[in-house]
Amino acid sequence: MSITVYVPNDSCAVAMGADQVAAAISEQARNRGLEIDIVRNGSRGLYWLEPMIEVATPAGRVAYGPVQKNDVEGLFEADFLNGGAHALHLGLTEEMDYFKRQQRLTFARVGITDPISLDDYIKHDGYRGLKNALAMNSADIVKHVTDSGLRGRGGAAFPTGIKWNTVLNTPADQKYIICNADEGDSGTFSDRMIMEGDPFVLVEGMTIAGLGVGATQGYIYLRVEYPHAEKMLNAAIAAAYEAGYLGDNILGSGHAFHLEVRIGAGAYVCGEETSLMESLEGKRGLVRFKPPLPAISGLFGKPTVVNNVISLASVPIILDKGGDYYRDFGMGRSRGTLPIQLSGNIKRPGLVESAFGLTLRELLYDFGGGSASGRPIRAVQVGGPLGSYMPESQFDTPLDYEAFSAIWAVLGHGGIVAFDDTVNIAEMARYSMEFCAIESCGKCTPCRIGSTRGTEVMDAIIKGDNLNKNIPLLRDLCDTLLNGSLCALGGMTPYPVLSALNHFPEDFGAQDKANAA
Amino acid sequence: MCFLHAYLKYAILRHPYSETKEQHSETNMTDLNGRQEAVRNAIASLKDKPGALLPILHSVQDTIGYIPADSIPDIARALNLSRAEVHGVISFYHYFRDTPPGKHTLHVCRAESCQAMGSKQLESHIKNRLGIDYHETTADGKFSLEPVYCLGLCARSPSLQIDDAVYGRVTEERFDAIVNELEASL
Ligand SMILES: Cc1cc2nc3c(=O)[nH]c(=O)nc-3n(C[C@H](O)[C@H](O)[C@H](O)COP(=O)(O)O)c2cc1C
Ligand code: SF4
Ligand code: FES
Ligand code: FES
Repeated sequence: MSITVYVPNDSCAVAMGADQVAAAISEQARNRGLEIDIVRNGSRGLYWLEPMIEVATPAGRVAYGPVQKNDVEGLFEADFLNGGAHALHLGLTEEMDYFKRQQRLTFARVGITDPISLDDYIKHDGYRGLKNALAMNSADIVKHVTDSGLRGRGGAAFPTGIKWNTVLNTPADQKYIICNADEGDSGTFSDRMIMEGDPFVLVEGMTIAGLGVGATQGYIYLRVEYPHAEKMLNAAIAAAYEAGYLGDNILGSGHAFHLEVRIGAGAYVCGEETSLMESLEGKRGLVRFKPPLPAISGLFGKPTVVNNVISLASVPIILDKGGDYYRDFGMGRSRGTLPIQLSGNIKRPGLVESAFGLTLRELLYDFGGGSASGRPIRAVQVGGPLGSYMPESQFDTPLDYEAFSAIWAVLGHGGIVAFDDTVNIAEMARYSMEFCAIESCGKCTPCRIGSTRGTEVMDAIIKGDNLNKNIPLLRDLCDTLLNGSLCALGGMTPYPVLSALNHFPEDFGAQDKANAA
Repeated sequence: MCFLHAYLKYAILRHPYSETKEQHSETNMTDLNGRQEAVRNAIASLKDKPGALLPILHSVQDTIGYIPADSIPDIARALNLSRAEVHGVISFYHYFRDTPPGKHTLHVCRAESCQAMGSKQLESHIKNRLGIDYHETTADGKFSLEPVYCLGLCARSPSLQIDDAVYGRVTEERFDAIVNELEASL
């Protein structure tokens, strides 16, 4: 029997040379007359070890990494196909601490299966949620999601069940499910990992959403920066149609659900749900006034569910194991698991899916191993470009929506970016203003003009100009942005800026101090 | 007036002999025909989709490399939009471009995780090495440089994308090696 070797096809593994490694392995095997099967799996999420290859052995999957193409010959010499000893040998994947300490519900299959094999998906408990859903009425499907306590993972943490219920109870001739796959937040990549590593789970989640609210058409709005995810999604969608999991008559149930991938065009604001719908309708991505809520009048004026990739990809396990099962993970009003993404200046960056409640410190040090540079971690930005900068004194905060909002921080999409002590936080605050200016949709004045003014004021502050006037001016501007913006792009840019100023004031007067000295 | 101006521009651009001085060569004529065909195909195959404009623009840019000004009237007509509306959409989105890109397009990540891993130094190295700033193309037409705000490769920052290929943990040396190889193959 031929031996199975796994070489990730995840784009971050590919960015580290996984394609070349796969080619080298198949060439070596051919030269040696060995029969092997190469499966291009998703990433296990231990990115500092990518490309991390695995070999299926009777004892379980054995990992090696990070592997470069020049290592491949040596691996064959070391008999890696039977789990042989080698400098890159990491032992059984499932026994690796980073992996073992996680609770993988949404990511249960990522890195394990062949992402675009429907058979593999089904063999690993795929489509059990949909089968259960097909035996229920709409209200019961929605009730499971409500009972699970799932809150939107796209940023705003709104309860998914309540949103679905509104759409369910709004009569219309057509309703839509939109998957928000714009993943514009820097420091986040969990959506990408799901779409590349287990696209069927998203297809299944959207299909269940369609049954739950009575929608027959779904769109995945995918950012153009993710061409690899597009290929994987389209392959999964085609296979699902082929096997009757999508189409006019899902598994002979008489229910219809159609699904299509649409590509964005590099606008961060199009991750905002109403801007996204404008974009899907073929317009400029200007944010809409709310009300009406998208759940009542959304895409093409019809009731529409807009959910993040992770929210929708968490639905199959909820329908498979029940809302209670999912709700039993977590703390307080943050139920279930959160796929956390560790990046920036960190030794062991990657994906950590765990129940809510881990502290930042546990994530940064126990999982992350401290900074990559070996210097102290001075700050982290959590929750993407609109998230607060947090100092060491806040590292004991547990990952919980309420615990974060209590200290004027946001969990958002679960990205944690670490900075060592060489960072100039005033420069980061300037960047936040600049980013807002570049990405503003231009609909409201505070954001459109304020962000440009904010960048200028930050320039002056960094130069040390007239701090007594400019720092209050910056606070004033932030106040206007906070209170006068239509959407969270303008409305939350003050989070990184003011948190930077409040927690790291020494960076906002360095020049001044130097002058005084 | 507006209509006339735009129409004349359109007519001039569409007329193979009047376009510009380069227009004498046969290759350029074929280019123009190829361009028009790409636009026609994109419109014909996509115009009936709900919200067809972005899919059409993507298709045009995928095949031609950019969205030529002379394609706007055709697209507008097919979707029953004004040319200003189509133009407005093209200019709203960072990804769409109305000028031809270089042979290779580099997207360099400017976002926070990459900054935490030294992307600012890498960014100045890249600009120096290519001799251009963001949104510019080298004089020899080989490279265009664009910023990008996260490629989702943050766990291997700093990162960049060249055409369809992605690279993580990019150092100045690695960047030079990649660019040298691309230059050699041009
Ligand atoms: C400027 C801006 C950008 C956003 N970008 C995203 C995004 O990339 N992905 C996402 O899921 N939600 C994003 N959101 C949040 C969406 O508006 C919306 O709340 C979310 O898609 C709802 O899905 P959820 O309830 O499953 O989280 C963004 C919001 C704003 C204001
Ligand atoms: S806050 Fe900015 S991005 Fe949001 S609606 Fe206003 S101008 Fe547009
Ligand atoms: S005449 Fe209208 S723009 Fe030139
Ligand atoms: S911040 Fe650069 S890839 Fe995400």
